[in-house]
Amino acid sequence: MSAREDILSRIRSALQDSPEAPQIPREYRAASGMDADGLVDLLVDRLVDYKAQVAVVPAAEVPATIASLLEGARSYVVPEGLDGGWLAAMDDAGTGGSRRRVDSPAEPLSVADLDGTDAVVTGSAVAVAETGTIILDGSANQGRRAISLVPDHHICVVKAADIAGILPEALGRIDGTRPITMISGPSATSDIELQRVEGVHGPRRLDVIIAR
Amino acid sequence: MTTFLGMPALPAFGSGNLFAGESFPKAAHRELGNAQLRANLGHATHTIRDKRQAVVSELPDWEQLRDAGSAIKESVMARLPELLEEFEKNFTARGGVIHWARDAREANEIVAGLVRATGETEVVKVKSMATQEIGLNEYLEEQGIEAFETDLAELIVQLDHDKPSHILVPAIHKNRTEIRDIFLREMPGADPALTNDPPVLAMAAREHLRRKFLTAKVAVSGANFALADSGTLAVVESEGNGRMCLTLPETLITVMGIEKLLPTWQDLEVFMQLLPRSSTGERMNPYTSLWTGVTEGDGPQNVHLVLLDNGRSAALADEMGRSALHCIRCSACMNVCPVYERTGGHAYGSTYPGPIGAILSPLLTGIQAEENSSLPYASSLCGACYDACPVKINIPDILVHLRSVDVDSKRGTKKVPSQMDVGMKAASWALSSGKHLGLVEKGLPLGRLAAGRDKKIKKLPGIAGGWTQSRDIPAPPAQSFRDWWAKEHKSPAPSRDEKETQ
Repeated sequence: MSAREDILSRIRSALQDSPEAPQIPREYRAASGMDADGLVDLLVDRLVDYKAQVAVVPAAEVPATIASLLEGARSYVVPEGLDGGWLAAMDDAGTGGSRRRVDSPAEPLSVADLDGTDAVVTGSAVAVAETGTIILDGSANQGRRAISLVPDHHICVVKAADIAGILPEALGRIDGTRPITMISGPSATSDIELQRVEGVHGPRRLDVIIAR
Repeated sequence: MTTFLGMPALPAFGSGNLFAGESFPKAAHRELGNAQLRANLGHATHTIRDKRQAVVSELPDWEQLRDAGSAIKESVMARLPELLEEFEKNFTARGGVIHWARDAREANEIVAGLVRATGETEVVKVKSMATQEIGLNEYLEEQGIEAFETDLAELIVQLDHDKPSHILVPAIHKNRTEIRDIFLREMPGADPALTNDPPVLAMAAREHLRRKFLTAKVAVSGANFALADSGTLAVVESEGNGRMCLTLPETLITVMGIEKLLPTWQDLEVFMQLLPRSSTGERMNPYTSLWTGVTEGDGPQNVHLVLLDNGRSAALADEMGRSALHCIRCSACMNVCPVYERTGGHAYGSTYPGPIGAILSPLLTGIQAEENSSLPYASSLCGACYDACPVKINIPDILVHLRSVDVDSKRGTKKVPSQMDVGMKAASWALSSGKHLGLVEKGLPLGRLAAGRDKKIKKLPGIAGGWTQSRDIPAPPAQSFRDWWAKEHKSPAPSRDEKETQ
């Protein structure tokens, strides 16, 4: 008998008392009911608590904010589908365009190239205010999972309209079969005497731009 | 309704690192002598339980989430065969490959075979209880394959040739100075000026592992959840080492116990609220990765999953004990356990320490196995673990159930100490009436003779010796309470017992 058949038959005989699958009580919150300003405030509070840096700006100021955050970076990577307008200030700055590396699934940067890149700019699929979580789902404005992982500085733009109050609302908005990364603050460890240390293997600096 | 019509299979127990090498009282007695361990543990468990309490109190619907989590897991157990088949179909349809492993040996052989097929002799690893349980690292080493643990705590334990002592923070028993000493001794190229500052130590680990991450072709992971309706796997972590392993290599091999399934994508909303708050005491862990088979152009293109039984079907067959399989490995139970706090994880012998380990290990291996029969007694039954469990596993009830299974399994064998029967009979006589108890109490002051100068009885003969093996008993008082009462109240009210016999 194959291992598969064997295990399935073991499980079936372990369940010979025919236990009933209970109804799942879903009385937990399905929505937060918060207004748009409340969502932004709560998300900012939670991100700051995780030691991420946050800027809340009007949509028109996103390009300038990105440019100022990228000031010290010798190079940065963007996914091919990033909103082109967001990089307008970098193009105007003259050298901003020459420092840029564009990544796509068809023409991916090598891991070594990514390791030699200082920063990354991505969009996001949805954010969860209550937990300070940003969800990337690999869409064209977020790119491959590796680009938001290897460079040491992640600049992530969250549109105010994409902020959900609590996790059930956020997960309801995304397709679970996409490659998904949920990010809550920069990389961190608490393995030494439970003292939290920000920055281990993932990006040590997370800047979140919330665009109203 | 099950439609299984075949012969009932015999319970197939698990193998690997699930067995205690010695009985819990023996191991605990030794560990209790380690004052440094107790200090490190006390600090760590108190810090984490306070953090947990704070973030749990924030959620107005915590109890409703626990109720949902518990019911979802109960439903998974009831529907396990169909859910496994559904998951397999969906994961496979998206380019993943599923392997089934009856026990530790079979799982290890499958993983080694998959690594060998890539031509590689090194793998990077994400922290995983399943691979600890089957002793994968040791097996791979025998096969000439080097496995690098990449979680900071697992790295510390691996460099020190030690064993993990906690599910979530495996190096909880070590303090910063001990960790610095391990790095200086075992980490090639460690800076001799390394301080014991946690950020400095974390950066040393980053340097040490960076090149491995960027060049590794094969990674091995566990999984926190598997969603049957989408064929999706999830890994929850903090450092980014998980993301490195799950996305950069060409081949990804995941080993997961068959009980980790959740029926639907929606169920993830319950467990992603329960797990981080219960384990690290955070509103959300820094990183969670989800993948469904293979995604073209993003991440590993050879994606394997080994589904592991290793005693889980046997645990499932125990109607009282099967809910131990609901465990999501958050470790909240060990952080609130007075016994774990003093003995540490190594005393439990198995990969799974603490209250959950005390029920899970004997369920997976069978209670008759080796020294695991002592584990259900490694508890004061205070119930703190039940209160803390995010999926409401009634650990105290299962402990008591397993104690009775243990006693029943030994009944009639020479293992049953007949002194137990004698003792129980004597107690039953003494407690049956006030007169009897009074008679027995008259003898109590004699116990003072057995106590030493420090007024403690250190060793009792016979079966009571089991109790004094790891505890001292205070000497009895010179006078019993009833005697004292009688003297203080010259004309005592008749006791119930005397009334009855008047």
